[in-house]
Amino acid sequence: MKRMRAETPINFLLAGLLLLVPLAALALEEPFYITLATRMAILALAAVGLNLALGLGGLVSFGHAAFFGIGGYTAGILSTHASNAQPLMTWPIEIGGSDNMLVIWPVAVVLSGLVALVTGAISLRTSGVYFIMITLAFAQMIYYFATSWPAYGGEDGLSLGLRNAFPGINTALPLNFFLICYALLIAALYLFARIRDSRFGTALQAARQNQVRLAAVGISPFPIRLAAFVLSAMMTGLAGSLFADLNRFVSPSMLSWQMSGELIVLVILGGTGRLFGPVAGAMLFVLFEFILGGFTERWQLFLGLILLGVVLFARGGLLGLLAGKVRHG
Amino acid sequence: MQTTLLIEQILNGVQFGVMLFLMAAGLTLIFGVMGVINLAHGSLYMLGAFACAAVATATGSFWLGLMASLAAAAAAGAIVELLVIRRLYDRDHLDQVLATFALILIFSEGTRWLFGSFPLYLNIPPVLSGAVDLPAGARYQLYRLAIILVGIAVAIGLYLLISKTRLGMRIRAGQSDREMIAALGVDIRTLYTVVFALGAALAGLAGAMVGALQSVQVGMGEPVLILAFVVIVIGGIGSIKGALVGAALVGLVDTLGRFLLPQFFALFLGPSQGTTVGAALASMLIYIVMALILAVRPRGLFAAST
Repeated sequence: MKRMRAETPINFLLAGLLLLVPLAALALEEPFYITLATRMAILALAAVGLNLALGLGGLVSFGHAAFFGIGGYTAGILSTHASNAQPLMTWPIEIGGSDNMLVIWPVAVVLSGLVALVTGAISLRTSGVYFIMITLAFAQMIYYFATSWPAYGGEDGLSLGLRNAFPGINTALPLNFFLICYALLIAALYLFARIRDSRFGTALQAARQNQVRLAAVGISPFPIRLAAFVLSAMMTGLAGSLFADLNRFVSPSMLSWQMSGELIVLVILGGTGRLFGPVAGAMLFVLFEFILGGFTERWQLFLGLILLGVVLFARGGLLGLLAGKVRHG
Repeated sequence: MQTTLLIEQILNGVQFGVMLFLMAAGLTLIFGVMGVINLAHGSLYMLGAFACAAVATATGSFWLGLMASLAAAAAAGAIVELLVIRRLYDRDHLDQVLATFALILIFSEGTRWLFGSFPLYLNIPPVLSGAVDLPAGARYQLYRLAIILVGIAVAIGLYLLISKTRLGMRIRAGQSDREMIAALGVDIRTLYTVVFALGAALAGLAGAMVGALQSVQVGMGEPVLILAFVVIVIGGIGSIKGALVGAALVGLVDTLGRFLLPQFFALFLGPSQGTTVGAALASMLIYIVMALILAVRPRGLFAAST
């Protein structure tokens, strides 16, 4: 595709920059920057997921925090059970917890996908504002469940004793954990690009532009959108489990509507529907948070002003400014 | 004992519903006329509560505070419409969500800047303190009863405004065809500002009245905002009647669910576990109700024709 070529150098630059941050941190002996870069990579991964639904499919989900949180709680709950040596369930079969990322990730992805399948099937019956509000409401439902269910910390959240393990790699080292997150981000970006350029992706983008025409050429939009919604939730869920591992803490705030809003902000800030939009958005967002947060406690005020400026005056986001407008936007 | 408690809970549900109606009416009006989703509506509610608390503390009069909340919320609404919302009318919903999300950040941090992070408290005016006797031996807080009456009065007032006055006629015309009423010589921009300020004033009124029941703090608006969204989605976006029915439904289902479900599950699962399960389910109940209603009627109960 032509638009890829205009963007490609900038994409490589962004990917390189993100990889460079932790290496520079090591050289400067400022390990905190590694955490910052890991945060960027994880939020970018979550936003790549959302970008699939929002950017390609035009599905404005205001409830992606639900999947982010489900991933987080999966990591938290499984590892708590593993460290207490307490089985999750004993009947009909005994299932124990796990502190192995290779177990946690698939569980987080499958659970997020299943929840997305059910909520998506209901939400996608509607469109426009209704869709925005229903996805929000489903996320709130899970949020309130998490706050009022005391078994896993309720409102206080759940601490993970140790970071979960990856076979053969010491995840307690910040750089190793960053590289795991970075690798997953690149894999997700590859998957996003493949989906975008596939027949499925073309149909999905066509459904965003004109549902009726898509139906007229014999493709039903509903299953395509549902599949995109589920895939999108799976990526965000995976990111959630990494986020829990990064903070070694899960709380209902991962499920909150502010989180859903932030995820949308990441996508828009970078450039909706662009391959590297979420990466640019996440890097910019975490940077804002860090720099403005260093200046003033009131950084959210300035974030709000910047955001307002982007929406009103710079509609293509960062990549729109750097690489020009996408045709057929 | 149980019946008096039940009566009290039903009234609490109605009072909660009335408050949600004040929020939802503004939201649904703004969406119906201008096609804008306003996430910052919760901030206007918060603003009303803060204005009321600040003025009531300074002057000692709740009533002056109430006026201040109406004025402050309406003024903030008008300013926001002129500066920001006006540019969003022909944008898609995504831009509207994002811009008004940004407004929430600005309002919340701005308020925290002005008033600090500690909650303010607002006293119930002396005239309305105390309780009234109800049939069957129940007693109910007079102030909450007054909120219910104010809500009913506002509902009637809105109905009259929209169906009987010239402004209402223009609002209805704006709902059905914007271009046409602009072509007929109605100053549509001023109309939009007026509608937005009206919705904002209703939110400010709700915030001020609720401020006396709970603490006034930053972030108080968003939980109510999300419930108001549930209300208008259930009722059908753009419909005032839908907002009224939806608000009553959500208020009652939520309040009674929190009261009855824990007791209900305690019958089967024993007191401690039953209460846990019941409370968890009650906190999700309105969303479950919403999902069920939308599964049957995807555009809400009283969908507007747009």
